Parts: sequence; C-alpha cells; structure tokens
Amino acid sequence: MSEPLLKVEGLKKYFPIQSGVVSRTIGHVKAVDDVSFEVNEGETLGIVGESGCGKSTTGRMLMRLLEPTEGTITFKGRKISELSNKEMRAMRRNIQMVFQDPYASLNPRHTIGKILEEPLIVHGIGNAAERKKKVSELLKIVGLSDFHAKRYPHQFSGGQRQRVGIARALMTNPELIIADEPVSALDVSVQAQVLNLMQDLQKELKLTYIFIAHDLGVVRHISNRVAVMYLGHIVEIADSESLYEEPLHPYTQALLTAVPVPDPDFKREQELIQGDIPSPSNPPSGCTFHTRCPFKMDICTKEVPAYFEAKKGHSVACHLFNEERNDINPIN
Amino acid sequence: MKELLKVNQLETTFFTDDGPVPAVDTISFSLYEGEILGVVGESGCGKSVTSLSIMGLIPSPPGKITNGEILYKDKDLTKLSQKEMRAIRGNDIAMIFQEPMTSLNPLFTIGNQLTEAISIHHKKWSKKQTKERATEIMKLVGLPRAEELFKEYPHQLSGGMRQRVMIAMALVCDPNILIADEPTTALDVTIQAQILALMKDLNKRLNTAVMLITHDLGVVAETCERVVVMYGGKIVEQGYVNEIFKNPQHPYTKGLIQSIPDMRFKKERLYAIPGSVPKPGSVKVGCRFAERCEFAFDRCRTEEPELYQIKEAHTARCFLTEELVVHE
Repeated sequence: MSEPLLKVEGLKKYFPIQSGVVSRTIGHVKAVDDVSFEVNEGETLGIVGESGCGKSTTGRMLMRLLEPTEGTITFKGRKISELSNKEMRAMRRNIQMVFQDPYASLNPRHTIGKILEEPLIVHGIGNAAERKKKVSELLKIVGLSDFHAKRYPHQFSGGQRQRVGIARALMTNPELIIADEPVSALDVSVQAQVLNLMQDLQKELKLTYIFIAHDLGVVRHISNRVAVMYLGHIVEIADSESLYEEPLHPYTQALLTAVPVPDPDFKREQELIQGDIPSPSNPPSGCTFHTRCPFKMDICTKEVPAYFEAKKGHSVACHLFNEERNDINPIN
Repeated sequence: MKELLKVNQLETTFFTDDGPVPAVDTISFSLYEGEILGVVGESGCGKSVTSLSIMGLIPSPPGKITNGEILYKDKDLTKLSQKEMRAIRGNDIAMIFQEPMTSLNPLFTIGNQLTEAISIHHKKWSKKQTKERATEIMKLVGLPRAEELFKEYPHQLSGGMRQRVMIAMALVCDPNILIADEPTTALDVTIQAQILALMKDLNKRLNTAVMLITHDLGVVAETCERVVVMYGGKIVEQGYVNEIFKNPQHPYTKGLIQSIPDMRFKKERLYAIPGSVPKPGSVKVGCRFAERCEFAFDRCRTEEPELYQIKEAHTARCFLTEELVVHE
C-alpha cells in the first residue's frame, strides 16, 4: 500500500499543573497520552470521545497550534513535528482547520471577502485580482454568492458562517482538513447541509479529513475509519462499519449504547454504564477505563493494555483481547 | 388521563427596538398527569420562552405575555401576582436548566442550596427535618455519600452530579410538574443516558409530570410519550411519539427526522432542509415553513394553515393534511 498521508506516532501532550507562589509543577494533565494512527489520502478519519478525552488537543497538535510533548507527526514523508515555526507556517498551506464555533472563529470587524483573502496574503499567493477571483470561486463552491463577500459575519446565519469557515480552510488548496466539531453548534436541519457539503467537497477536491466530534451518528455518517478516545488514549480504531457493527472495547460498546436513538420502538439490549469520567489530571492506573468497566479483571488495574489487531484494520486496547484470547466477542 | 396544565392561546411578545417580536405565537397544549411531554424544535422556535412563560419568568421588559392563559388547578398563572406565583414555583411547578454549573451558586454548599428550597416552602420545619428531607431526596436521585456531598461546593462535582443536584433541588418540594429545559445538552453521551434514565425513573415513581424541552429527536424518542413540535413560535405538529415518528405529517417534522444521522446504519446522503431557521417574527404572512418547504404552493405563502386534526391526538399545521382531517 502506498505511504499514508499523515502518520502519527507516540503523540503525547502533558500540560503541567502548577501550584504555589513559585509555580512549581506538581503534576501533569495527560491530555493526550501515547496516541498513534495513520490517515490515508482521500479518506475521512473520525475521532470520537467524550469531553476531556483529548480529541481536540490531538487535532491542535497536528496543526502544531499546540506543541507536542513527545512523538512524531509525519505528513507526506516530512516530519512536521520537527519543523521550525517558519517552515511550519508554510506547511499549514497544506493542512487547514475548521473550527467548532462559527461565531467565534470569524473576525467580526472584517468582511467575508477579507477573511477569505487573508490566507492567500499570508502565504503570498497571487496578486489582488487573482485573489479576488479565488474568493468568489470558493464562495460559489460552498454555496454562497459573490455579493456575500462584502458582508460581515453577523449578517450570516450559523450554517452560512460555517460555510465561510470551510471556504477559508479551502483557500490555499490544502490536502488535509482537520475539522474540530464543525457541526455541533448548528441546528439539526442545518447540520445536515454542512455535512453534505463537506462530503461533496471531499469528492470534488480529493480532500482528506480528520473529523473530530462527540456525536457518534455524525461520525459514522462521514467517516471511513473511526478512532475512539478515552482519557488521552485511543482505545479502539477500525473502519467505521466494523466499529459500529462489532464494537470490541467495552467503552466503545458503552458509548454506542448510550446514544439516544431516534426510533421509539428501539429497545436497548445492554445496560447503561455507571459512573463519571475520571479527571485527566489523575487518571486511573492500568487501563483508564477500569473504574467504569463492567468486565473489569485484576490485570486491568495494574497494566496498560497493548493494542491487539483483532481483525484486519481493527485494533483494540483491552485486556479482554490478546494473542491467547482473541475470540471476537468474549463477553457473550 | 387528567389534565394538569393547560396552555391556551398563549402569546408571548418581546418588545424590541425593531418592534414587537412574537416569540411564542398563539400556542395551545395540555400536560397530563404523570406523563412526559417532549417539546422539540430548533433555536429560536420558542420552546424555552414557552417554559419561561409557564414559570412566570419572562424577563420584563422586554418580554410580556400578551395574550392567552395558562391554567393550573383552576387558576390562570398569567394573572397571578408575583407573590402568588412564588408559592407555585418550586412547590407545584419546578424547573431545571441546561447548564448545571451556572444554575448553582458557586459560593454555597450543596446542602445549603438544597435546604434553601425546603425552608422557603416549609417555614415551620425544623433544621433536622429539613436536612432529613434533603438527604432523602439526594438518595432518590442517585447521589452517593449524601453526608459528605452536603458540605461540598458545586465546583467539586462533575457535570452529571451537578445535574443530579439540580434535579434534587427541583424535586425537594414534591412538585406536580417538572419542566426540564435541555437538561442533558451540556452533558456527555454516557452521562446524558444516565440522567435521562433517572428522569424516566423518577417520573414513574413519583408520578411527576415532566415537560422535556430539547432539540434532540433521539432524546424525545427515548423518553417521551407525547411530543409537541415547534417552529417559528408556532406548534406545527403534536401527537404521540410513536405516531409522530412513524407517520409524521408536517414537512418540517419529516425533514427533521430524516436529517438526523442515525448511528445504527449509514445513509449515503443526509436529507437536508434547505435554508436556515428564520429569525423569530420575520415571517409575517402565510405558513412559517413555506420558504424552506419543498411542497409549498401559492396558498402557503398567503394564508396561514390552522392545526388540522388528523387522528385522535395528532394534529399538524399544514394544508396538505387538510384532506386527512377526520370529520365526525
């Protein structure tokens, strides 16, 4: 198989916890703790998890908006985790980001035209006339019109603003788009429009997406492969069909069970899991899920489970699965 | 089933600099004893204003209930004085809000805030009696180690625990009606499932009628028996959850159901309702949904449809359902 577009190995981000007058470091919040994955060209990798699982931190590190504590990020054979700030700035032409809140991520004092033109100016692309042409071209691609370029963000609805956010990300013809909860602030009816737009653009422009979200329905809809995160770890990664139809990790199963299904006849087969998500500043020992896991064993409190490839392309980090015990559904 | 609360022709208007905006425009529905009623809609549809109107908590100015009545125990809540309303709030009708962190006072302990509600409504109770009641209710909502929690502050609790405290506070005086405005929106999925299960359980055990306001049709399907669908300040469809999900009549309800990405199977492409949610008060003539409706015809743009009764307890505000009306 060809080289993956993006390869992440052993990525970590520890935020120091400081205390006292001299701000001594008394501990670390392990926001992302040893995360590895690959993204192939043209695919969509979904990253799901609940709050505090490190999904957004991971996304930001890929853009180097946050410096990783450890680990390497390789984009098209270049280690971007080692680039200088200047080199990284040039690199961001190829990796762009779409943010969650379309209200907060657009400058209210600038017209849409100016907002869209800015990435081109930053990267020194084209002259004034070419840039203007590109702006109007992108506005059309995302379903807006030329005259919108003269308007200000407050004159747009939430869905339109997110379209602007997407257009801005596309201005520099990037190959990889990291979308951090791009539809969670939108109304349901508008959310569907934006998801459809993102799918169309992917086909048309051959984009690769990393789609970070908490909504499992949305992630299934848009992703080819899905990584499930819990307290800084990827607990399971698989192609989306396999993950949703045959979830292996108890956390993935719990997560899928908890989603309210829009069908009044639907009956839940599994029990809901109890308990709260532990604080990432003081994560449980061993497997971080053991405090809530219905299948907890002695080993779970002591050892961090290693990844085990249960099926081709379906890896899980859980002590229920290893070389000796690899029946697909040990629980039943 | 006994009718507990009846909202009749309610109209709540906000008087803004740009003129009056009817956020809730002549809506009527009833809440029956012991049921869970869902009120569903997107931002600006008037679902929260409806609940605040019932509670008498519309910020005034700029808001005002301009028409209609809210009947509870033979009293019209819109006509009550502040003092009379205070006696009803908390005691008969209680409310929980979306963001449990901002609805709890960070400076007071959980115990302090829980007992406050009791001592307001039961002035003669002793300290011990009050505390006993609070501990009892904490157990009821599944809060562990009640004794310790009593002395803790909101910031020491997780989001799910805080929402449990809010529910405990609301239930402490045994209300007949609990209004929950997006109670799980700020919570994670696994915690949301726990809170919804708790609310269903409490509804069964205490027979408290619940009005659950949400934007999530999944939550409605999971928890409610009946549902009211709102759009642009109007009720566009109303009926039993089973009926509405299987046989939606209003194009907006249909569109809304189709546009949810279902986790159980992959759709190639989502159905998307074109356009965006109109600003409250911006559509003045015709059906409010006409602009985004794929079935709209001329009549929709000039005349406003009424709520047509399609079946017993199923009504929809769309001309297309006119022919389905049962004539008795």
